[in-house]
Amino acid sequence: MEKERKKSIIDIVWDLFASVKLAVVIFSLIALTSMVGTVLEQNAEPEKNIQVLIKMFGVGHETAHSIYGVLDSLGFMDMYHSWWFVGFLLLFCANLIICSFDRLPRILKLVREPIRPLSKEHVEKMSIKRSLVIKGKPSGIKERVSGSIAKIGFKPSESSEEDELQFYAEKGNFTRLGVYITHLSILIILAGAIIGLKFGFNAVLNLPEGMTTSVAFKGEGIEVPLGFELRCDNFEVDYYGDSDMPKAYKSWLTVLKDGREIMKKVISVNDPLTYGGITFYQSSFGPLQSNMNNGIVVLRAVSSDGKGEQVNTRIGGTFTIPGSTGVGRVTNFSPALSFDQSGRPFTYDSGLKNPAVYIELPNVGGKPYSQWVLKRYPQTWRLPDGSSVEFLDYWGVEYTGLQVRKDPGVLIVYLGCMIMAIGLYITFFMSHKRLWVNVTEEKGAAKILIGASANRNKAAFERDIEKLTGLLGEDRKGGK
Amino acid sequence: MSGSASSVFFGLSTIAYILAMILYIGYLAFRKSQVGVVATTVTIVGFISQTLAILLRWKEFYEIGQMGWLRAVPLTNLYESLVFFVWCLILAYLVIEFRYKNRSFGAFITPVAGLVLAFIDISGMSKDIQPLVPALQSNWLLVHVMMSFISYSMFAVSFSTGLMYLIVRTDKRNQPAYIFWTVMLSIFIVVLCAMGLDYLSFKVSVKNQEELIKSYLFKATFRSDSSAVSLLSFAVFAAITFIIWRFGGALKKVITGLNISAETLDEITYKSIAMGFPIFTLGGLIFGAIWADQAWGKYWTWDPKETWSLITWFFYAFYLHSRLMRGWKGKKVAMVAVLGFVAVIFTYLGVNLLLSGLHSYGSQ
Repeated sequence: MEKERKKSIIDIVWDLFASVKLAVVIFSLIALTSMVGTVLEQNAEPEKNIQVLIKMFGVGHETAHSIYGVLDSLGFMDMYHSWWFVGFLLLFCANLIICSFDRLPRILKLVREPIRPLSKEHVEKMSIKRSLVIKGKPSGIKERVSGSIAKIGFKPSESSEEDELQFYAEKGNFTRLGVYITHLSILIILAGAIIGLKFGFNAVLNLPEGMTTSVAFKGEGIEVPLGFELRCDNFEVDYYGDSDMPKAYKSWLTVLKDGREIMKKVISVNDPLTYGGITFYQSSFGPLQSNMNNGIVVLRAVSSDGKGEQVNTRIGGTFTIPGSTGVGRVTNFSPALSFDQSGRPFTYDSGLKNPAVYIELPNVGGKPYSQWVLKRYPQTWRLPDGSSVEFLDYWGVEYTGLQVRKDPGVLIVYLGCMIMAIGLYITFFMSHKRLWVNVTEEKGAAKILIGASANRNKAAFERDIEKLTGLLGEDRKGGK
Repeated sequence: MSGSASSVFFGLSTIAYILAMILYIGYLAFRKSQVGVVATTVTIVGFISQTLAILLRWKEFYEIGQMGWLRAVPLTNLYESLVFFVWCLILAYLVIEFRYKNRSFGAFITPVAGLVLAFIDISGMSKDIQPLVPALQSNWLLVHVMMSFISYSMFAVSFSTGLMYLIVRTDKRNQPAYIFWTVMLSIFIVVLCAMGLDYLSFKVSVKNQEELIKSYLFKATFRSDSSAVSLLSFAVFAAITFIIWRFGGALKKVITGLNISAETLDEITYKSIAMGFPIFTLGGLIFGAIWADQAWGKYWTWDPKETWSLITWFFYAFYLHSRLMRGWKGKKVAMVAVLGFVAVIFTYLGVNLLLSGLHSYGSQ
């Protein structure tokens, strides 16, 4: 009682932060406030969340508006970055650090201190216990006992006292550190996250086909210099069958420095390009409406006897099929062509979902001829006289949407994740196992007493001890 | 698709689990060991045919998708993930049955499996093999989703043993722990019944999840257009809660009759969380973050799914730490284990159904 009172404030604060109780309080605080953040859409238009509040509380627009005002001033509309949520995370770290420092000396002692021989009374009190009697003098079965212990994977030490022999061994004493390794990994991950926020950036870049840039954009049009140039050479989307569901989209990117090409890569979702610490992720795509009619139509005109030639032309431009007379003309274009019930063509989307060009030829088998040629449908490329016009690409009318990131902390985060995996494995799937085997002489035979303990997964260790007992007693059931 | 080999085996496993449920309950009632052996055999048959069904579907998907075996894993939509969840749950149950040599537990697990499979059938959710959007085309899909579901089924086991522990360990009706489990149990029963009524009264074939929540969830009961029906639903809810609260003692008698001690229940709860937690951390959170980093360049964005996984993680971290606190062992930690699984369900279903639904209301 007296001692309690003499605690200084520092001691009180230390004890508070070292307590598991504070840990669970912080867990609940972070968990409960995080829930609010998932209901209110973060960084959204105010009206969105006002609608959410109206739905949730069944109140009028006015009331919802004032609730919104209160929540907004408390930082709930960007709560994961609000001072109090960051405060919770800092408290969490402080708790982790202090509680680890508080316990570590005791645990280290347990880890470092080698196992010692125990008195018979102590061995008898162990949570796992077996005993058996075998023929022979204690000194004569020494080899067998240490050999059996080695067989279940332990290196036994030996001590003797008057009439008593004891073998003892331990394994996995370091596993007691598993919890602290896990705690440390959380701190490493958070440190990596802070480094990323401080020294890295997240930006976006919508780069049209054929264009080169040296900057990306953060937030409301803030330029972020890349330190090199990036060019989008081409962009393509593959669709599943006849549907408009994208199967894959790819960008052909080139990194340039002082006008020289340094690196080329085709990126797709899940396969980014990294150069100079900056990574470009394929995230979206879209049409360049203003340029929609000024793109380059890439065709391959193939004659009926198989002679082909690639032609770059424009809408309104011309092309020729090798070996034929007359000039073909591209007279119409649709980014997404479909036909209605009466067979009339119409454009169903402003995006480049099903690009098609209308071609007119003066002489196909002696007659003027015209048809729609669709990029996604090769069967529309054939002409009646056996020649064909392949629609390969409509280039320069789409942009590729890239997520641009520099994060020097990400490797530290990955390292933290690895350490966490190791820490969790040690904590939950390994244990500190100790065993003592006492051998005494009893009526001309050797009495063996096994005592063992494990701080976790006791059942598994008990099976090992069962095996050890079996090995020691083998000889009783016949044999040698 | 209905004629494919995989769906035949799926049907077989559904029937087997429902039959096993009846047998396990019969075993509880009559205590005939032969009935128990038959129940186990039927469960194993169901499990084998479900395994075959999943493998066959994997093959079908592989042949359609042409993207390699790893990316053809049948875990890409609600239907497939529910099926895999049931598979894990039955596997976990069979392990427990053989480890603890106790069949009584089956009467509580097989109904869950049967209900989930029946739910899939009644709800008419899409069973078609759907092509993968580009973001899902990654080898992380297999490990991330599979490990998440393995941990979910561990948590499901801890939920039921935790609830049983509470039932066994409480007797007074004014005890907070007693009130807690009666309310939890009635919410579960009522929600299941309400969803069942939705499907019976609308017989809808739902195309997407958002449509489900917007137009149909609880429309037959709580959210009915007629305020009388909705009021009646709440009254029925209250009545069911009251009945469970009033006659909870009877349930306790059934469970104490199972020959499972409270200590064993506590041990299974702890062990399944001790297995589930590291798997969830690694497969759910860490692999999820690495995948997000490779696909989008952001390993953590506080989006509702991520945040709810973190909330779940904190619940179970709470559980593991609170066991170390004086005065928390027993009933209090069991309550945390039960609440943890509520967070799991919300992470899995609630985020997709409720939160996105809530937000899309706002954007009209």
